[in-house]
Parts: sequence; C-alpha cells; structure tokens
Amino acid sequence: MNTGQWLGLVTGVLFGFLLQKGRVLRFDKQVGAMLLKDMTIFKFMLSSILVGMVGILLLSNFEIVTLSHKPMNVGAVLLGGALFGVGWAVMGFCPGTSLGALGEGRWHAVFAIMGMVAGAALYAELYPVLKSTVLAWKDFGKIGLPEAMGISQWVIVPFFWVGIIALFFWFEKKRV
Amino acid sequence: MKWKTADGGWNPYLAGALLGLLAIVSVFATTQLLGKTSYLGASTTFVRAAGILERTIAPDRVATNEYYTETKVRVDWQFMLVIGIVLGAFISSTADKSFKLEGVPPTWEERFGPSVGKRAVGAFVGGIIAMVGARLADGCPSGHGLSGMMQLSVSSFVALVMFFGVGALVARIVYGRRVS
Repeated sequence: MNTGQWLGLVTGVLFGFLLQKGRVLRFDKQVGAMLLKDMTIFKFMLSSILVGMVGILLLSNFEIVTLSHKPMNVGAVLLGGALFGVGWAVMGFCPGTSLGALGEGRWHAVFAIMGMVAGAALYAELYPVLKSTVLAWKDFGKIGLPEAMGISQWVIVPFFWVGIIALFFWFEKKRV
Repeated sequence: MKWKTADGGWNPYLAGALLGLLAIVSVFATTQLLGKTSYLGASTTFVRAAGILERTIAPDRVATNEYYTETKVRVDWQFMLVIGIVLGAFISSTADKSFKLEGVPPTWEERFGPSVGKRAVGAFVGGIIAMVGARLADGCPSGHGLSGMMQLSVSSFVALVMFFGVGALVARIVYGRRVS
C-alpha cells in the first residue's frame, strides 16, 4: 500500500470509531432523525461542522490547504439531493454509515451497500444523458457562501455558531 | 448533560466535535503528505468499487465509459478511508460491547414485519436510488454534509436541505403509519 492508502485507512478507522461512539450508524438513529424523533445525528453532525469549519477556514486563510467546493449545479443538486433523500429514507443508511453499520454487526447493511454499488454502475451508464440534460441546465460553479453573499467568512462563522448553539440548547430543553 | 449516553455511547456533541478535529487534521495531513487537499467523503468510492467489479466481466465497457474515466477507477485514499470505517466501527463496537448482529432494524420491523427478504429489497432499492442521487448531487452526507458545510459551500447547504427535507417527507410516508 502507498502513503495515500495508509493515510486513508488510518483516517477511516478513526472516522468509523467516532461514528460508532456517537451512535449515529444505526438505521433507527438515521430514520429517527428523519422522523424528527431522535436528534443524535443532528447533534453529532452540527458539532463536527462547528469545529471543523473554524480549523479548515483558518488553514485555507493562511493558504496551508485549498478549499474544494462542489459545483452549485442547480439541476444536479436539487434533483440529486431529492433522489438521495428518497433512497436514504428507505435504506436508512448513508454511504459512509452503511459501512460503519456493517462493522458494528448490522449485516442488513450489506444489501444497502450492494444497492449503492449497483446505483453507481447505473449512474455511470446514465451519465452521458444526464450530462446533456440535468447537468446542463444551470451551473453557478464552485462557489462558497462568502463570495455568494459578498461578506467575509469571519462574519458568517460567528452567526453560524450562535445559531447552532441556540439550536443545541433547544434540543436539550426539549430532551430530544 | 452526560458524558455517556444511556446505551454506552459517547455524548454526541463530544464525538461530533472530535470528528471535527479529525477533519481538520485530515485536510492538513493529506495536503502535506499527498500534495493535494482531500476532504472526508464516501460516495465516490462506490463508483470506483462498481468499476473494479464491472471490469472483471466487461473490461472494455469500463475503459470506454466516460464517468469511470473521469472518476479514475482505482483504490485510492478515499477507498481505504471507507474500508477503515468498517474496521473502526468494528473495533469501537466490540470494545464497548455494542456490536450486535441485526438483520432487520426495530423501526423497520414495526412497520414491515420481521422478514429479512423485505428489508433486503428495501435496502437494495433504496441504495440504488440514493447512490444515483448522491452522484448527481456530487456528494453525500459526508462529502456535502460534513466537508462541504465546513467549507461553507453553497451547493452543500442546498444539498443538505434537500437530503433532510425529502428524507423527512419520505420517512413520514414510509414509517409514519403507526399506532403511537
């Protein structure tokens, strides 16, 4: 294995460990979040975003790392996001957590993984058609919120933090 | 607020914050060691896995397919990351005894009964739809939900709203018919 593969493996083990400790891998947690009955996944995801955001934006500010926005292709993000939502609700896993769920013994994740591999192969077949249709509608390119809104990221980040922390207090008050 | 949850897990705010730290260390490490910043993600690996499998039966089809060519079918950093997730979850769950063999999850069973076959069909079909969506949107809850949000990407905000919005709607339709 090369350096990249080793680094990926070590990072993945830590990623899987934290996902499992956070108890976000289970079908019931994922569907529970979608039914707004169990906020564990929101707490976990939003906490990681708050912390990761500050570090990554600082590193990019000092040009130590480069940001890599995914394109704001309107048709792709809207239709793709909606399709993902449909599949996610039925499958009860997302791509990353399906593997983690398998690791903690939830073996029905195997069917989800097989479905997703089949879905990827299907997408590769559909790609030429999608490229000239959905993907060709409107693409705003790889943009970040600061450029789109015309304000500094260091103005956006504090607002984000305050909003999310307020949400956390509400979760705890409601005991969800 | 407690450090541990009732089922022996870690406080989700703490585990999430630690994942945030891991994401920071990971972008730094990939930039330093591999020369290119890589962000946590998972769904592209499914394309590579599909390409590797398909190559064994139809090598020409994979070689000439535009999407496989753009994605570069190989076992890369993210591929090993995804494999690592299985290992990490296994280590964590066996260490705190939360490892459990499960063929049908409770919420599913309440609605559709204990049939493994039904659950298999649901997971498989759901998987196909979700992956087509993830590739079209160019990311999943890891790539968009975590990495994209951390970078304040416009597309990730929209994608996440769609993921959860449509997911919530469909979950209500699929699992909502309950007595309680």
